Formats: sequence, structure tokens, C-alpha cells
Amino acid sequence: MKPVYLDNNATTRVDPRVVDAMLPYFTEQFGNASSIHAFGADVGTAIRHARRQLQALLGTEFDHEIVYTGCGTEADNTALLSALETQTGRNEIVTSVVEHPAILALCAWLEKTRGVKVHYIGVDARGRLDMDAYRKALGPRTAIASIMWANNETGNLFEVETLAELAHEAGALFHTDAVQAVGKVPMDLKTSEIDMLSLSGHKFHAPKGIGALYVRRGVRLRPMIRGGHQERGRRAGTENAPAIIGLGVAAELALTHMDDENTRVRALRDRLEGGLLQRISHAMVTGDPEHRLPNTSNIAFEYIEGEGILLLLNKAGIAASSGSACTSGSLEPSHVMRAMKVPYTAAHGAIRFSLSRENTAEDVDHVLEVMPGIVETLRGMSPFWDGTSETRSAFTPTYA
Amino acid sequence: MWEYSDKVKEYFFNPKNVGVIEDANGVGEVGAIACGDALKLMLQVDPATDRITSARFQTFGCGSAIASSSALTEIIVGKTVDEALKITNQDIADFLGGLPPEKMHCSVMGYEALRAAVANYRGETWEDDHEEGALLCKCFGVDEGMLERAVRNNNLTSMEQVAQYTKATASCSTCAEPVEEALERINAAMVSEGVLDARDAFVAGALPPTRRAARKTSPLVELSAPTAPAKLTTVQRIRAVEEVLTELRPVLQGDGGDCELVDVEGNKVMVRLSGACVNCQLASVTVQGIQQRLAERLGEPVRVIPVPSGH
Repeated sequence: MKPVYLDNNATTRVDPRVVDAMLPYFTEQFGNASSIHAFGADVGTAIRHARRQLQALLGTEFDHEIVYTGCGTEADNTALLSALETQTGRNEIVTSVVEHPAILALCAWLEKTRGVKVHYIGVDARGRLDMDAYRKALGPRTAIASIMWANNETGNLFEVETLAELAHEAGALFHTDAVQAVGKVPMDLKTSEIDMLSLSGHKFHAPKGIGALYVRRGVRLRPMIRGGHQERGRRAGTENAPAIIGLGVAAELALTHMDDENTRVRALRDRLEGGLLQRISHAMVTGDPEHRLPNTSNIAFEYIEGEGILLLLNKAGIAASSGSACTSGSLEPSHVMRAMKVPYTAAHGAIRFSLSRENTAEDVDHVLEVMPGIVETLRGMSPFWDGTSETRSAFTPTYA
Repeated sequence: MWEYSDKVKEYFFNPKNVGVIEDANGVGEVGAIACGDALKLMLQVDPATDRITSARFQTFGCGSAIASSSALTEIIVGKTVDEALKITNQDIADFLGGLPPEKMHCSVMGYEALRAAVANYRGETWEDDHEEGALLCKCFGVDEGMLERAVRNNNLTSMEQVAQYTKATASCSTCAEPVEEALERINAAMVSEGVLDARDAFVAGALPPTRRAARKTSPLVELSAPTAPAKLTTVQRIRAVEEVLTELRPVLQGDGGDCELVDVEGNKVMVRLSGACVNCQLASVTVQGIQQRLAERLGEPVRVIPVPSGH
């Protein structure tokens, strides 16, 4: 049986059509877009086309609103650092406790080295942002508020439009890390209040090593990387032409498959999730099932630890991931699971299945077939499981 | 993903001795579900011979925790209780063909469970109900006894290793300071017992050993043979420090620098670097060299602190 890849929030397979579009730009049209000769001019034209393709996916009006970066993390870093520079007299950041480390580690560093005050807004048991705390944290000292569009572990969607409006009321900029949302959620940034948005190509079938920062027209941007006029001086460094062109094609394909992602893929996800909960007791969906990405399901299995599940899944040809401590090298469950206060009996057994348009019904069937046995095997070894579904559960699934 | 050895994979995918011994006469339980791993070890010991006739386990944890538990049961069956107690966590790791450093705590868990099970068999109280003050890491329930056993069994000399082997400090890290102090104290004791090289001993706040020092190429290290460590009085300590510095000064003077003793306070030795040593980019290497020589002479970890001139 062919391997079943359900770890698309980690990275996706590059679409062969993307690879085909990229290939000529390595060996044939290899020019530097800045050059005056034909080699350069052809590449320049191709990049302009790719930019329009990405614009269409994001629904942006102006081509200069897109700044290509090396990755989503660079886009995140650029956004926050720029805001602190341009927002004179404001040195506070408002963000959430469930952000990606690209934001959280940067914030911790800014606190430590630059005296920046960071407000970390908490979430409830379903991972929903504490809106009151968010409102209260915003003020005349806020340079920027940065809240992710979708959470990478649970798939939770945040109300970025509302959050952006609230930030603007306080005179602050609003940035969103949309690395998990771009390509899965329809976007129309030309009607949006969002000032800056980060994306990463490899999350939607483009190659690794290419990202972009959307910067709304009129929002000032200070470069993080200096040394050239590329991207209008906002991100120096020779354009990664093949990757930019690949990202363009991936964006066009994502737009074409947007309906599929939100209907067929969503249905596959729901069948996988429903099937697992039906077959396996003491399992709970983490996050907010009503407001999340169509491709993501995060299920916590009580009394067992995530790494064991992943190793056994891998043996059965299934790739998934876990917010468990043991797989990451840290010794604690993920900050997202902890922030939602997932019961300790289940937090270590949280498994993330993330689908893509490439998954099929057979993939889901295979997981439904092997997963109950895997959980049973591990529970059979667990000192906390007494061998019956009558085991007193330490949590009351309020939603499942 | 981790690079697990084939043996770890074998013992995870097909673990031996999983399950319960209903009439076990030695049961040890360590860890907790909140900590991310826990192990219940059950032994059947023949009271006539003190020999372990069977061993079974139940484990909540990652692949290497399950493999370590299973390996432990394989190792101890057939041994007498006294023989089994000689096993350390390193034996478990070795049996499995090694564990990734971040996973060594899994083997420590097995070792601790064995001790708990034997204590239970002998009717002793397992000192797991940590007394007030003795509990160092509240997140992972690491007390001084467990820390000391892990440090001694595995020659741990850094905070990173302590976290990898016991998980202490790895969560909220509020216990970093007491754990540092304990590690320094245990290492110092190991040095005075002659089981640890003074150069490797952990000293809180000290720089890590330089590569140069590790290769022993520093002229400061090879000046004379180390003398046997002995308990020194304060006056003897100061004299010893002065002697070492006197030996070293010609080396420094040869490079146009110099060094003089300012004060000795416990294991802290304050020195003043002068001449070419001031602003020398290799001054930290020099200080490290002096520190090593002093540690060898005094037989205990020493922290050399350069003080600015004019003090």
C-alpha cells in the first residue's frame, strides 16, 4: 500500500506542475532579474507574472504589496521588527500564547534585549482567543498586534478582521501569521484591514525556502535585510527566481482547488475524525471544531503517549505528527496543548492529522483500519488503563 | 525523528514482559502521567534465594521509555536482588545499543523503578514521598537522592545532561539554581573521592572547558604533574593558590602579561590580570587554564574570577 501522508501542516509535496514550471529557471533562463540583458529580462517578466498569481490567491490589489522572503519565519520577523521601528513612541507588542515560535521566540528576544513589552493573550479550553484581554492589552503604547490566522496544531481560525479593526482603533498595526491559512481559506485582502500577512510556500505545494510578506499599501516597511534594491529595497538579495515562479504556480493551483479543499478534503477530514472517535473511546478533539481549517484534526488519546502512536503509525505507512513532548526533544507537551489546558491524561497523546488535496478516501480508510489497534496496543502497556472502556475518564469531553 | 537503534525499535515494536504479575511481591511505580512518562515494575522474587524469577512492566511513555522498561525486565530476570541493584541506567541504555541523549531519562526511569520495586520487596519505605526541601524539581518530581544517583552513575557534569537524564529544570526551570548548587556539590564530592577529574567538575557560573583545554595543549596545564588532592586549611589553600600562580607567572610574563592574587573566598579565587593580559582576547583561555591548575592542586572545583585593576 502506498504511504499515507497526513502531515501537510508540517510540509506538503511540491506539485509536479510547480516543479515543471520551475525547472527552466535553473539551467536555461538562469539570469539575474536585475540584469539588463535578455537573460535577466525574461526572468523579470516571469517574476512579475508569478507575483500576479500570488496576488490572485490573496486578493490583493497592488503588486508592490507583496515582498518575497526566504520563509514564513523571515516574514514574521520582518513584520514585527519593522513595526517597532516605524511606530515611533510605541514599544509594545500584543500577541497570543499559541503563536508559532517564529513569533514567540522573537518576542521573547525582544523583551530580553530591547526592553519591548509583550502582552501574551491567552486562549480558552477550545483555543479561542480571550477577546477581553486582547482589547485591554491594546493601547497608545502598542506598536503592533500579531495574531495568527490559523493555528498549526489545532487548525483553529482566529477572527483576524475583527482583531485588525480593534488594533487600528488603538493606533496599532495588525499583522497575521497566515502560514497555515493561505491556500486553504479564501482571502480578499483588498477589502481587509490587515496591514501585514506572512505566508510560506511549502505549506501549499510550493517548494521550501520561499515565503512572502504582504504589506498593505501605505504601511511603512523597514527592511530586515539590507544590501540591494530588490523588492523595492524592502528585502535585499537576489530574487530566488525558480522558487518565486514555483510559488506563483502553486498559488494558482491553490486557488483552483480552494473549493475542493473546503468540500472534499473537509469531508475526508470529518470522516477520519468521526471514524476515530466512534472506534476509539477516551479520545477528544482539541481546538474549536466549528472554526478551524478544513484539513486539520487534532485528537488527544487518553492514557497513551504521542510518540509511540507515531512510531506505530509510521510502521503502518502513515505519517502524522504530535504535539507531544517526546517527539520534539522538549520534555513538555506543546505550548498550544498547555495553553488550552488539555487534561494532563490526554495532553501527551495528542495527534495531528493534516490532510491536503492529494489525500483520498483510501487514505482515511487505512487510518481508520489501523488506528484502533495501535491505541489498544499502547493502552495495553499503560499503567493508567485498566483494560476496559469503563475506566474513569479524567476529562469530560465537552465536544467530540 | 529520533535515530533509535535497531534494538530500541525491536523492544518497542515487540516488547517483552508487558503486563501485570497478579501476585507480585515487589512493585515499583515511578513517574506520573502529567510528567509524560510513568513506569510500574512488578517483580516475582523467590524469598528463599532472593532471586528474581519473573518481571513485568506497564509503561506510559514514548518509544524509548517502553523499550527501556522491557530491556530492564530482560536484564534482571534470573538475577538476585543484590545483583540486580548493581545495574545502572547506563546498563539499560547499553543493552539497547544506546539511546539518544535526550532520551536517557527513560533509562533512569527504569533504574529508579527497579530500586523502588526492590525496596517494596524488602518492606522498606521508598523515599519517593519527597521530604520538604529535598524535592528539587517540582515539575518532574526529582529529589536530591535521585539527582545524586543519576549524576554519579552517569558522570553528569553539565546542566544540559542533568535535564536529559532526569528532566530536572526542563519545564519551568525555577529550580535551576538549587539544581546547579546540588550538581556542583555532588561533582565536588566525586572529585575528592577521586572518581571525577577536577577539570570536568561542574562549577556554577564557570565557562565551559575550552577545546584547547580539552586537548591539554595549553602550556598552563602541562607545567607540572598534578599533586594528590587533600583536605586543606584556609591558610594552606591560599598558599597553594599562591604557589600555583607563582609557577604560572613566568608563562604569562613570557607573553608580556602578568597575574596576581587578590583574594580567596571559598572556591572563588580573585586574580588581577595585568600587562598584555589586559584586553587580550585569549584572557578567558588564560583564566580557564589557571582555573584548571588550581582545581588540580586543590583537588576541588575552583572558580577564577578576574577583577579589574584598581580594586
